Amino acid sequence: MVDAVRGVNFTIERGELFGLLGPNGAGKTTTIKMLTTLLLPTGGSATVLGHDVVTSARQVRRDIGYVFGGDRGLYDRLSAWDNLRYFAELYGLPPATQRARIGELLELVGLAGREKERVEGFSRGMKQRLHIARGLLHDPELIFLDEPSIGIDPVGARELRGTIARLKESGKTILLTTHYMFEADELCDRIAVIQNGSVVAEGKPDELKKRVSAGRVLEVETFGLAEGELEAVRALAGIHTVAVEERETTQVLNIQAEADAEITSEVLAALTETRVGRVAWREPTLEDAYVELVTAS
Amino acid sequence: MTRRSPLLAVPRFLIVAWWIQIKIIATSAFDGFLQVVWPLFFATSAFLVYRVSPDPDVMVYAALGASMMGVWSAIATTASSALQRERFGGTLELMVSSPTPFALTLIPITGAMASLGLYSMGATLLWGWLVFDIPLHIASPVAFVACVLLSIISVSMVGFMLSVTVVRYRTAWALGNVLEYPGWLLCGFLVPLSMFPDWVAGVSRVLPPTWAVQAIRESANGESPWVSLGICAALGLAYGIVAAVLSENILRSARRQATLSLT
Repeated sequence: MVDAVRGVNFTIERGELFGLLGPNGAGKTTTIKMLTTLLLPTGGSATVLGHDVVTSARQVRRDIGYVFGGDRGLYDRLSAWDNLRYFAELYGLPPATQRARIGELLELVGLAGREKERVEGFSRGMKQRLHIARGLLHDPELIFLDEPSIGIDPVGARELRGTIARLKESGKTILLTTHYMFEADELCDRIAVIQNGSVVAEGKPDELKKRVSAGRVLEVETFGLAEGELEAVRALAGIHTVAVEERETTQVLNIQAEADAEITSEVLAALTETRVGRVAWREPTLEDAYVELVTAS
Repeated sequence: MTRRSPLLAVPRFLIVAWWIQIKIIATSAFDGFLQVVWPLFFATSAFLVYRVSPDPDVMVYAALGASMMGVWSAIATTASSALQRERFGGTLELMVSSPTPFALTLIPITGAMASLGLYSMGATLLWGWLVFDIPLHIASPVAFVACVLLSIISVSMVGFMLSVTVVRYRTAWALGNVLEYPGWLLCGFLVPLSMFPDWVAGVSRVLPPTWAVQAIRESANGESPWVSLGICAALGLAYGIVAAVLSENILRSARRQATLSLT
C-alpha cells in the first residue's frame, strides 16, 4: 500500500485564504478529497469547522463547498440554470429562495443572461465560473477550490482571481490549490507547500520567499540551450538551484544564488555554445521559493 | 442559509431530479430517437415470431411479454449506464459530496428510466394494435393499471441495485447489458417458465419482473392478479432495501479505495 499523504498538518483560521501548493502527485487533491469527505483516510484525523470528516461527514458536507478545475462536474446537455437548480435541490435550498440565490450567483460569476444556454456551448472559463456558482449555492462557510484556474486563458484566470478575492472579502474561508505561483502570491494569506505527501514548508508568501531564498535570482534568456551546459551552470559555486522555463523560442534560466555571489561572468562563461539574450538580476518570487523547496526535498 | 424540512425536501428533490434526468435523456436527439424506437423493435420481433400461431390469445401473450421486455431493458440495463455517465461527467463525486443521502440521489435516475419503461409498455401495446391488429382488450383495467405501475416500480428497484454496484466498480455498468437477454428468458416474458429446468424456475421466482408479467397477464385475462402483484411488490421492496444498505457500504468502500473519480 502507498501512503498518498503522511504527516500533513495544518490549521486554517476562519476567514483565511489558505494555499496548498505542490507538484503533481504531491497529495494536494488527496488532502482536499479527505477534507471534503470523498476519501476515507486510513489513519490520522481531520476536523472541518469543528466536525470530524469521518464520523460527521454529512454535517461537513452541509457546511462546505467544493469546486474543482477542468471540464467535468457539470451536466453539459443541460442549461446553466438547470445545473444550478439540480445542485440547489441536492443541498436542500428552499424553493422560495432558490430562484433569487441562483440569479445572485449568476451575477457574481458574470453569467447573468447566459443561464438558459446549454453548458456544452460554454468556454472553459465560463464552465469554471459556473462551477464556482454551483459550489456557493448553499452559501458555505468554507470553500475548497482545487486548481480552479487550470486551463483557463489569462483574461478568464484574472476574472476568476477577482471572484476568489471577492469571496475572501465577503468573509469566506477558502482552501485553494494551484500550480500558478503568482496566483497563490496574489491571493493567499498563508501557504503550505506539500511534497511527496508531507508539508515541507508553511507560512505567509513573503515569509516563504525570505525563508527559502536567502539570495537573489539571476535570469538568463537563452536561445537553444546547448546540451550539458545546464549541468555546467548548476555545478558553479554559490548557486542554490537552476530552473529552466521554456518559452516559445527561448529558454529562461532562473538561477538562485547566494546574496553576495557574483556569478554573472561565470554563468556566461559556462554558456559558451549557447546564444544568450537578456541577463538580469531580480528579487526572488514565490515561484523561486517553491522551486527551491520542492527540489530540495 | 435556511434549509427545508426533510418532509418537504425529499419529495421535491425526487421530482426535480427526476425531471432533470428526463431532460438529460430528452436533449440528445439520437438518444431520444433510440428510446422511442427501441421498444418497437422488440415488439416487432416478438409479433413476427408468434403470429405463426393460429391462436389469437398467443398474440396477446406476446404483446404483454414484449412490453415487459422493453421495461426490463430500459430499467435494468440503462440505469447502470446512467450512473456510469455520472462517473464520466465527474458529477458522481458531487452527488456523494452533497448532504443528500446517496441512495436518495440514485432514485431519480432509476425513476427516469422507469418512466421510459412506462412509455415502452404503452408503445408496444399500441404498436401491436395498430400494426399487427392485436386487440387491446383488458378485462380488469383498474387492476391492469395498478399492476403496470407497481411492476415498473418493483423492476426499477432491480435497476437501483444494479446501479449501486457502478459506484464501486467502474465496469459494473456492463452487468446491466449482460443481464438484458437472460432476463427476458428468466422472467418468462416470451417463453413459459415451465419449459425451463427446475433450477431456472428457482432463479426466476426471486426476480420481481417474473411476478410482474404474471400479474399483468392475470389482470388482462380477468384473473385475480393480487397474489402475484403482492409478491412482486414484496420482492421489489426487498431489492430496494438491500440496494439502500449496499449503497452505503459500497460508497464507503469506494471512498476508501479512491475509485469515485476514476473513469
